[in-house]
Amino acid sequence: MNQTVAARAEIAAGAPDFLKIESIRKEYDEVVAVNNVNLAIEQGEIFALLGSSGCGKTTLLRMLAGFEVPTAGRIVLDGQDITDLPPYERPINMMFQSYALFPHLTVYDNIAFGLKREGMPKAQIAERVEQMLDLVQLKPYAKRKPHQLSGGQQQRVALARSLAKRPKLLLLDEPMGALDRKLRERTQIELVHILRQVGLTCVIVTHDQEEAMTMADRLAVMREGRFLQIGTPGEVYENPKNRFVADFIGSVNLFDGELVVDEPHYCEIQTPECLFHVGHGVEGKQGMSLTVALRPEKISLEPGWQDYPYNAVQGTVTARSYMGSYTAYEIELPTGRRVRVTVTNVDRYEEPHELGARVTAHWMPSAPVVIVE
Amino acid sequence: MRRFPWLATSWTMLVYGFLYLPIVVLVIYSFNDSRMVTVWGGWTLRWYAEAAADQVVIDALVLSLEIAVATATASVVLGTCAAYALTRYRRFPGKGLFTLLLNVPLVLPTVVLAMVLLLFFVSLEHVFGFPQKGFTTLFIGHTVMCVSYAAITIMSRLREVDPALEEAAMDLGARPSQVFFLVTLPAIFQAVASAWLLTLSLSLDEVVISAFLSGPGTSPLPVVIFSRARLGLNPEINVIGAVTVYLVLAGLLLSSVWLARRAKQRARENAALLRQAKVDALATSAAS
Repeated sequence: MNQTVAARAEIAAGAPDFLKIESIRKEYDEVVAVNNVNLAIEQGEIFALLGSSGCGKTTLLRMLAGFEVPTAGRIVLDGQDITDLPPYERPINMMFQSYALFPHLTVYDNIAFGLKREGMPKAQIAERVEQMLDLVQLKPYAKRKPHQLSGGQQQRVALARSLAKRPKLLLLDEPMGALDRKLRERTQIELVHILRQVGLTCVIVTHDQEEAMTMADRLAVMREGRFLQIGTPGEVYENPKNRFVADFIGSVNLFDGELVVDEPHYCEIQTPECLFHVGHGVEGKQGMSLTVALRPEKISLEPGWQDYPYNAVQGTVTARSYMGSYTAYEIELPTGRRVRVTVTNVDRYEEPHELGARVTAHWMPSAPVVIVE
Repeated sequence: MRRFPWLATSWTMLVYGFLYLPIVVLVIYSFNDSRMVTVWGGWTLRWYAEAAADQVVIDALVLSLEIAVATATASVVLGTCAAYALTRYRRFPGKGLFTLLLNVPLVLPTVVLAMVLLLFFVSLEHVFGFPQKGFTTLFIGHTVMCVSYAAITIMSRLREVDPALEEAAMDLGARPSQVFFLVTLPAIFQAVASAWLLTLSLSLDEVVISAFLSGPGTSPLPVVIFSRARLGLNPEINVIGAVTVYLVLAGLLLSSVWLARRAKQRARENAALLRQAKVDALATSAAS
């Protein structure tokens, strides 16, 4: 117990640049997989690399683990330059997407594998393995072979094995990739709980934005080997820096328009669909073209075509899907443009808008965000 | 086929007959009390005694076994190295050429391979006075042929082993040599064992290379049998053949008994684990 308290205190005072990635670059003949990426991760932070496949997130993770040698750049962990260290000398452990449990070894021996390589005395190994089995609640399974475990249990063995050496940095490669949906949601929270308990600094690679948002303190959206945006899940969701990020994280309606009024804390943008009043200022000149991003859940629907001077569009319902906690509508505007709106079902008897019904979608000035590309 | 079940049955009988009848005849005639191989003269064990006293045959058998064990071991070691290099390294200079060369002994007529090896050894001996024809040349010749078979057998298994296993071992602090012996080798062990058995049997009945590369007084068993068969068959040959059959049968029997026992043991282990799991589940549900 004292140990975790001490560990927490240490993390609270944790170095802001615990892991520093300095203009890392990786090329595979002509193809640039990772393009001059910079990143600083704080001690105890859970950081997610988010992107679709082929965006370079896995290459970056493999460079941290030491399986790939960067073409240029440095990696510094806790003040030590580890760029040229082989994987077996790095104070970093990784949990593989396929778990990569040794099939010929028992759960106990899988977890003890790394400790034995360290030359740890036997009694101490036994103690540490017990501790790890306790942590992941697999004590009764110590003598089993991996193939005698369920997927969720295998994942926990893989986690225990990567935690056993008490690495300075833990890497998780698509940690929930092989689990089914129901198990996934529960495991994400469990995993974060364990990571916090141990106080580990952790980098997660995932293509699942929900997973990244559930687990990470901060995340980076990657595309074509570059970071498009780094920030907390809230920052990235509410203040996307460009169209790709806005579209990748959650769903969004994007409107292209022109800046007509620009004040320090307020601006107006004219789009073909309507006039937007936006509750924040932008850096730019009048008349410049911009994009307005509007999340479906920040729009409300009213029956009939109502007249609003701004922040509203009129249309007809063309699609509706009832999702339980909310209902998703697709509204077609007279211009042919479709807008996605989600309405939270706060009332059990709420009457849905019928298909083909005329509706007005409107929103507050605090709902949209302007993207200056 | 379903309309003529007798056709399928008789076809099967024919195939088995062609395959095994000669062996049965061979074994029966090894007990034949007659100088002529083809004439039945009653039962006897005298050829067995004669074969056991025949020092040439015994020596040849021992030599054959020695060569086979040495060849199988060397082939498996070299084959594993080759297979590892070809599957685990994405590219290295000469990879294409290396793959090609590894496959050459499979497609090259054995006579050509044997000729080439003979010429090579003779010229080597001419220049360096080494190696003299005998165990060394036979061992090298057999290994040249067998490495390919070993490499291919092991390579196909190695391709199935998830490279993440090796990366995980390295990630946990295992140096490359430890990774190989602690993770890779256990994963491919069955293929290595079967490659060893395969090359052992290939070496044991290799005639052509042996005939070219054996020296005076160092003829492996197949060469001895072949040369005696040319001089006229003698029931002693049948005895040698029959003994080989006995050995193979004993090997098969032992291995199947061992496999059955292991399967039973595994089933027992699984059943025990299942029981344990049920007990655990009951305990947890009782606790909550």
